[in-house]
Amino acid sequence: MTGVNDFVVKFANVNGSGSASANSFFAKALFRMGLPVSPKNIFPSNIQGLPTWFEVRISEAGHLARREGVDIMVAMNPQTYAQDVEEVVSGGYLIYDSTREREFGRDDINVLGIPIARLCAFAFDDPRHRQLFKNIVYVGALAGLVGIEISVIEQIIFEQFKRKEHLNDANLKALHIGLDYSLEKFKCPLPLRVRQSDAATGKIMISGNDAAGLGCIYAGATVAAWYPITPSTSLAEAFERYLNKYRIDECGRKLGAVVQAEDELAAVGIAIGAGWNGARAFTATSGPGISLMSEFIGLAYFAEIPVVIFNVQRGGPSTGMPTRTQQSDIIACAYASHGDTRHVLLFPSDPKECFEMAAEAFDLAERLQTPVIVMSDLDIGMNTWVVDPLEWDDSRKHDRGKVLDAEALEALKEKWGRYKDSDGDGIPYRTIPGTHPEKGAYFTRGSSHTEYASYTEDGLVNAKNLARLLRKFKTAMSMVPRPTINQRDENSKLGIIYFGGTDHAVREGLDLLERDGYRLNALRLRAFPFSPDVAAFAAAHERVFVIEQNRDGQMRSLLITEAGIQAEKLIPVLNFDGMPLSGAFVAGCIQSTIETNEHVANALRLSVRAV
Amino acid sequence: MTYMQKPKIRHPRLKKNDLGLTRRDYEGVLSTLCAGCGHDSVTAAIIEACFELQLPAHRLAKLSGIGCSSKTTAYFLSQAHGFNSLHGRMPAIATGANLANRDLIYLGVSGDGDTASIGLNQFCHAVRRRLNMVYIVENNGTYGLTKGQFSATNDKNSKSKKGGNNLFEAMDLCALAIQLKAGFVARGFSGDKAQLVPLIKSAMRYRGFALLDIISPCVTFNNHAASTKSYDYIRDHSEAVDKLDFVPAQEEITANYDEGQTVNVTMHDGSSMRLHKLETDYDPRNADEALMHIRKRYAEGEVVTGLLYVDQEEEDLHSLIETTERPLNELSMDELCPGSQPLEELNNTLR
Ligand SMILES: Cc1ncc(C[n+]2csc(CCOP(=O)(O)OP(=O)(O)O)c2C)c(N)n1
Ligand code: SF4
Ligand SMILES: [Mg+2]
Repeated sequence: MTGVNDFVVKFANVNGSGSASANSFFAKALFRMGLPVSPKNIFPSNIQGLPTWFEVRISEAGHLARREGVDIMVAMNPQTYAQDVEEVVSGGYLIYDSTREREFGRDDINVLGIPIARLCAFAFDDPRHRQLFKNIVYVGALAGLVGIEISVIEQIIFEQFKRKEHLNDANLKALHIGLDYSLEKFKCPLPLRVRQSDAATGKIMISGNDAAGLGCIYAGATVAAWYPITPSTSLAEAFERYLNKYRIDECGRKLGAVVQAEDELAAVGIAIGAGWNGARAFTATSGPGISLMSEFIGLAYFAEIPVVIFNVQRGGPSTGMPTRTQQSDIIACAYASHGDTRHVLLFPSDPKECFEMAAEAFDLAERLQTPVIVMSDLDIGMNTWVVDPLEWDDSRKHDRGKVLDAEALEALKEKWGRYKDSDGDGIPYRTIPGTHPEKGAYFTRGSSHTEYASYTEDGLVNAKNLARLLRKFKTAMSMVPRPTINQRDENSKLGIIYFGGTDHAVREGLDLLERDGYRLNALRLRAFPFSPDVAAFAAAHERVFVIEQNRDGQMRSLLITEAGIQAEKLIPVLNFDGMPLSGAFVAGCIQSTIETNEHVANALRLSVRAV
Repeated sequence: MTYMQKPKIRHPRLKKNDLGLTRRDYEGVLSTLCAGCGHDSVTAAIIEACFELQLPAHRLAKLSGIGCSSKTTAYFLSQAHGFNSLHGRMPAIATGANLANRDLIYLGVSGDGDTASIGLNQFCHAVRRRLNMVYIVENNGTYGLTKGQFSATNDKNSKSKKGGNNLFEAMDLCALAIQLKAGFVARGFSGDKAQLVPLIKSAMRYRGFALLDIISPCVTFNNHAASTKSYDYIRDHSEAVDKLDFVPAQEEITANYDEGQTVNVTMHDGSSMRLHKLETDYDPRNADEALMHIRKRYAEGEVVTGLLYVDQEEEDLHSLIETTERPLNELSMDELCPGSQPLEELNNTLR
């Protein structure tokens, strides 16, 4: 249990009861009071009736990973009372609807009963409102309990219901019913409370999917094709929303097209067809969609067509846990499709990086003429994160890669070959259909082809082409975003390699470890192929923990085969329960390995000696 | 085997069109299909149609799936970009390509396996979306490239070369396309070039989804006596519902036919399709009648050919989803990227 500006509130609700927006008002209000918050929606694959949770960690120190243990539980779902009550830390608080009073069998926590249903029954006539406004009543009560300035929530409600005055009034009424009740019945504020801060000043709150959809607009993408699947749907929807906002011509027509395809095969096929024809195009999907897209991804790899694919990963395998997070499509994406293929992957760690990497992905796809897969996940994609404001440098040039226009075709001295490596970097020159009446036409195919794009069954010619593709992948190594390195102690022989949305958990974990006397360095991967920095980091450490959210240590395998790091050196730290990682998990796993694994202990001794 | 470039012998007396191009200029690489394959005749008809339409070849894109039929896009218009994609996935490629540049002509060539089985889903949805393209199915009732398995358009109880009996109902792609409200639906026969060329020309000028289901016998696997997709069977059992002329925009309609016997359809670019009805009760503008007619004649063992259905209201995906008139692939990044100022404003709304 912690105190001012540092605690965890969790809401246990029933899916479809209208709790989502009330809970987000709460999180937003804290953010507006200058506090870093990390709301996490833990929802079922269901539209109505099943349990759903919303967890908000408030941390003035800026720790935005999940923290285990709940300080204040708002238990609104009798179905899950037992497990919800258990999660409350000793000394914590349980708020429940005491219209029907009950015992919870824990005397180490504070139970605050609020007769929410009764209060609503008095205040509202419409049965639907009696139900719906229960959510706002508990937000009002919480505001009193933890000391949120009520005007902040009032303003948020006003912004939400600007055009619907009656809803605004009803919400405010419910808010004050809750607030008044808690001020009257409880000693407010609790020791767990908030105070205005500047820790989040200047920041914004946005989800990764929203930011990525916007990034595609900034990247100049004009064709989006997608098939609905959690957790990627909101990415395509964001793109469409921003398209309608920013890209309407004088006649009211759109500078871009969005197609909801019949399935993921068609979705990626449409994006590839558009990419082939010179538009920047993308699709957004999740694991099952990647499986379906694989044949097409192989075609785009071999025929060398730019396409951007957002894989907002969820729990697998198969349908798996559609509403939980994982990083378990690493291998499936790195080598998607049959035959020798490998693909460029980008690993954003938060929504801001989703925006930046979306823009980067289109440049890379066109420069390399190949699929680029942006590996987001449910936690990054669907949860709202507090991040630095999005930035765009107006002098940034979109890099369209090696495309020959009519003039360039005219000026060519030698015979042009679509798959000829004229520059030695493995990247050939392409042409766009319709460019020139006599020059630059070629036949795109997924069958083996010569440098001049004609069909061949000559094994050596095909082998030469495959070798060039590998050369191109090497070139990619120097183009993709480099890893970031958190060098905490140059003498330390222990390191961490990680990627994606576990960034906050790892950073907090490093702090916790340091507090306990262990100093580790960390490298956050941002792309595949791996830059040489990765092997160098591994070489500088005796043992390296590889932290990832999957069962099989997929990134570790990739590091062994693709960065040539010895297997013994890489110690897997795995989590695959579908929940975002906590700093305590990271620190705990590493600490227990240090205490039980003699190699790690040796590495540690080496580090200490070096100091 | 490596492909062979066709020798380009330019005969000084070869007839030229207004672009100064001969039929030869519309050819592609040498066909590697079996001698006598119906698909090669379709290729020849496409070449003829493009020559007569005076098409600048580079303003057309050729798209296909996988199969003997899908290979043929290499055999015509070598000055056009071609995309031989995946089995059954040509409609998706065509959709994306078309979205990127609405100004090119998109000619898709597929097979009955490619369209009616593995690609059925994409085919149906391309129709539903009114994708502006010509979609040719070279329909031989069999999987030619994988050596003669029954396809979904093969007639029930038709026999394979080895004597096997097809147990399942045949799919009629024209009927399906009409149900899905394709704009232009026609059936042809690879052996009837006189009918085929005007059909292809009209389809290319039509804005919207134009299906050409062309019976195109596979001489190697499905041209025996017991096949209903053989040259002999189709010659004996096909019945044209109309005779089509394509009249380019500039030309006057001169021929004189009986009123009531002709249907004149003016297209978006001013050209017209002039249809001489061979069956007096047949009106290609009525979808229900077209469907009934196809079914009735099919029950009698007949295959109806000609322009089966045309929707005079030409409509395409771009108009439905309201994209700009200009090709998306020609928009500059300055037009597409909103820049830093709007982003700052947006940041403010996220606080
Ligand atoms: C995913 C996939 N499955 C199977 C095949 C093998 N295959 C190639 S062509 C073909 C059938 C082609 O039949 P059709 O489209 O009728 O063309 P035809 O050869 O008869 O002209 C099949 C099954 C393939 N290329 N891809
Ligand atoms: S197998 Fe049949 S379809 Fe294929 S080329 Fe030969 S005749 Fe034509
Ligand atoms: Mg066939």
